Amino acid sequence: MYTQMSDGIDGQPNASDERERAFERRLERGVKIEPPDWMPEPYRKTLVRQISQHAHSEIVGMLPEGNWITRAPSLQRKVILLAKVQDEAGHGLYLYSAAETLGTPRDDMIAALHAGKAKYSSIFNYATLTWADVGAIGWLVDGAAIINQIPLTRCSYGPYARGMVRICKEESFHQRQGFDIMWKLAHGTPAQHAMAQDALDRWWWPAVMMFGPPDAESTHNRQSLKWKIKIFTNDELRQKFIDQTVPQAERLGLKIPDEQLRWNERTQHYEFGPIDWEEFYRVIRGDGPCNKDRLQARIDAWEEGAWVREAAAAYARKQAERGAVA
Amino acid sequence: MSSHVEYVLRFGDSALVLAQQLSGLVAHSPIMEEDVAIANVSLDLFGQARLWLGYAGELEGAGRDEDRLAFHRDASEFRNVLLVERPNGDFASTTVRGYFYDLWSYLALGNLTQSLDRRIAAIAEKSRKETAYHLRRSEDWLVRLGDGTEESHARAQRAASELWPYTGELFMGDDVDVEMARQGIGFDPERVREPWLERARLALATATLDVPGDSWMQHGGKQGVHTEALGYLLAEMQVLPRSIPEAVW
Ligand SMILES: [Fe+2]
Ligand SMILES: [Fe+2]
Repeated sequence: MYTQMSDGIDGQPNASDERERAFERRLERGVKIEPPDWMPEPYRKTLVRQISQHAHSEIVGMLPEGNWITRAPSLQRKVILLAKVQDEAGHGLYLYSAAETLGTPRDDMIAALHAGKAKYSSIFNYATLTWADVGAIGWLVDGAAIINQIPLTRCSYGPYARGMVRICKEESFHQRQGFDIMWKLAHGTPAQHAMAQDALDRWWWPAVMMFGPPDAESTHNRQSLKWKIKIFTNDELRQKFIDQTVPQAERLGLKIPDEQLRWNERTQHYEFGPIDWEEFYRVIRGDGPCNKDRLQARIDAWEEGAWVREAAAAYARKQAERGAVA
Repeated sequence: MSSHVEYVLRFGDSALVLAQQLSGLVAHSPIMEEDVAIANVSLDLFGQARLWLGYAGELEGAGRDEDRLAFHRDASEFRNVLLVERPNGDFASTTVRGYFYDLWSYLALGNLTQSLDRRIAAIAEKSRKETAYHLRRSEDWLVRLGDGTEESHARAQRAASELWPYTGELFMGDDVDVEMARQGIGFDPERVREPWLERARLALATATLDVPGDSWMQHGGKQGVHTEALGYLLAEMQVLPRSIPEAVW
């Protein structure tokens, strides 16, 4: 995953510019923008922010599930989870590279994350308390990620769109393995079933919030839609997620924690209860259960690893010198 | 338990314990690319462990599968060498431990490919290919750390000295080894001592590290007498299946 567009747009394009008009014509014709192409600065900045946020989310997202690798309950589950977390590292690296094509070095993006200036998806500020949370994350969080990201395979920036194609394939495997964990638990012992229900109770609303604030409050929807960095609005994606997920919960025999959830025959969509946006903004502001721990874990890995990176650089320098002499 | 089962468990448990240790490092590496690499090695080792444990369970014939063996045995029933249960420590410790193990494993598996037990030979064949890659990687890092900065050199040297006393066990045979060698199923572990020492000395020299001096060699893991670290590792690994023993996951 895991995009969550919670930021605004930097500045406004200057339509008087001829290059600007050419750029917009390309967008209209559906021609991809590639790294060497001219692009308006606000488009570039918005993309760097969105792609780096996405990359950070992949990397921070390794932590909540990473928690459970050492405690996974069977060897099969363990290797599947380990491979999944490894995939997320690959996604992060891939996305950092895509963002680097826009001229921002990876280390700068990481520094911004560690300084608290860059965001990542808030969903990872929730705690993984039981094994069922690993299932719930795969099922719901990766599930939401797919819904967010499939449209991005058609986004206007070439490297990002192509990255999404590859990443989405792996995310759908993640979603299936999560559902499979939930299935085993929901159909297991009473204790396992309770574990699954508890995880759904805690993850449902945060997952629904992953699509970002409602369209009415979203300041950036319009420009990003015009730039084809975003294809559907937050609310459209959220509805799609709910419509897709409710029948899956029914198949699991689990109850979604929303008393107002009901099928609307006329609209052919599920209606759902009010979302606690208070909580959403509180967690984004830094007061979720794990904000500080997650960021600190990243900072610790970086700082404690400094001597290793220095050693690798020093060795490479020495080797180059030896090569020059020899 | 038959010598045959014991013997297979030793290889399986060593791979399992090291895999478990490495799996806990993923998402905390000094370089993001290393998260991917460590996960790769860990995944390979879990894969090897599953082959060994699965086979041990079949040989035993008591209905224990890989998970029963991994999650429902106490520390004293584990047969891994002590080296792999030493804590991860810093990146230098992880690297040196990995290197000592990889080099031994590569050589041991080479011998096992000649086993008259065709199942063992097949597992060894597959595992050796993976281990060749692990060995290249850990040797590469050993050299980079040893010949990197003053700090990395000091850390690598300390790790090598601390872990050296756990290398002797790799070459110590016991009755099980003798019996397996006699049947052509296994090999005399003493046979890999010289090749191991030769390559390790060379790698340490390339890394500008001193070969640690002779010392008392800790042993007992292969017979089920472990260090304190293993109990904690197993407590974490086994907590869930033990909490609901009848559950399917
Ligand atoms: Fe991902
Ligand atoms: Fe994923």
